[in-house]
Amino acid sequence: MKHNYFSIFTNGLSKENPLLVISIGLCSSLAVTTSIFNGIGMGFSMMFVLTMSEVMISAFRKHIPDSIRLPIFIIIIAAFTTIVQLLLEAYLPSLSAALGVFLPLIVVNCIIMGRVDSYSANQPPMNALCDALGMGLGYTWVLCLMSLIREFFGNGTFFGIHVLPEKYTIGIFTKAPGGFLVFGLIIAVSIAMNNAAKARAEKGPECCEGGKK
Amino acid sequence: MIDLLKIFIKAVLVDNVVLIQYIALCPFMGMTNETDKATGMGVATSFVIVLACAVTYPLYYGIMVPLHIEFLQTLMFILVIAALVQLVEFYLKKSAPALYSAMGVYLALITTNCAVLASTLNCISKNYNYIQSLVYGAGVAGGFMLALVIMSGVRERIKVAPIPAFLKGKPILFIAAGLLSLSFLGFSGLIK
Repeated sequence: MKHNYFSIFTNGLSKENPLLVISIGLCSSLAVTTSIFNGIGMGFSMMFVLTMSEVMISAFRKHIPDSIRLPIFIIIIAAFTTIVQLLLEAYLPSLSAALGVFLPLIVVNCIIMGRVDSYSANQPPMNALCDALGMGLGYTWVLCLMSLIREFFGNGTFFGIHVLPEKYTIGIFTKAPGGFLVFGLIIAVSIAMNNAAKARAEKGPECCEGGKK
Repeated sequence: MIDLLKIFIKAVLVDNVVLIQYIALCPFMGMTNETDKATGMGVATSFVIVLACAVTYPLYYGIMVPLHIEFLQTLMFILVIAALVQLVEFYLKKSAPALYSAMGVYLALITTNCAVLASTLNCISKNYNYIQSLVYGAGVAGGFMLALVIMSGVRERIKVAPIPAFLKGKPILFIAAGLLSLSFLGFSGLIK
């Protein structure tokens, strides 16, 4: 049983990663990843809303009538989003200002709606919890990777510490086009890695060298 | 008048909702594989954006501010938008079946379109008056439509273009969107 929970959890990290594989919930992930703090903040806010709404909906799944399930889901998600919004405004005002309109936009994030409707609406709460944590972490790690790349090249900083001299920075990375370009390249790398892994698995262990290059 | 024109142009070109602000990327990536589809989605969404701005503004200043429940903004707005989309769907089904068959499929998707919620929230946070927020809504809608139609044209060219193998599929779309966004960045000096 434990193994089952673990495989549900890791599913979201790589095999069904919401950003890299399914490509949903893109808006917030491109917009806020100009610095690592914003990336982490957004990742965890999103994870909180996803986890709470998945567990809640999964716990009440037998009482929610099928015909009006979507409005009910939206109300539950919006309630948790408002909670996050108010908490951040009160305790981390600078983060809340940096995330701006993307904080309330968690409500319409396709990842949450998609997982809630396709997964937690017919699974017990423990499975929903593992799924939400996996999906949330899967989302967060891609966000962190993107913001590390964009922050390093765009601002020349690493976790806010200056490492690259000012004249070598490429400003476009923190502006709008940089997000699209970096994300496109990350997807390209992830697809290439998946293909290489698949080719290795098909050919068997003896021709590993071919796959590695 | 000049003021309104400025808001409109700023929303369409300078702060283009998709390419500069990264809002509503899901339909931008998902619905642009054919120009017809992109146009249909663009028209349907534009209609709902303007309507949503027109409805949420009086709701916020007429009901929520007097009752001091501004913190319920997100919750109220998304519900209003969902209800609005349903009403539009019923109305079109009854009175304009031709239009419904063209727009109907897209209407259901619009409830979870970030552009609608974002433009209603922005109208409030930018302290626009009623006319300004309507113009802003129209500007956002125009920008969304423009981005979708341009992208669908680009994708039709991508289908026949020689693309490096590792960029085939999704990656090339993002690279193309990045270049498009780069060109829209050129508008940033247009309005101070």
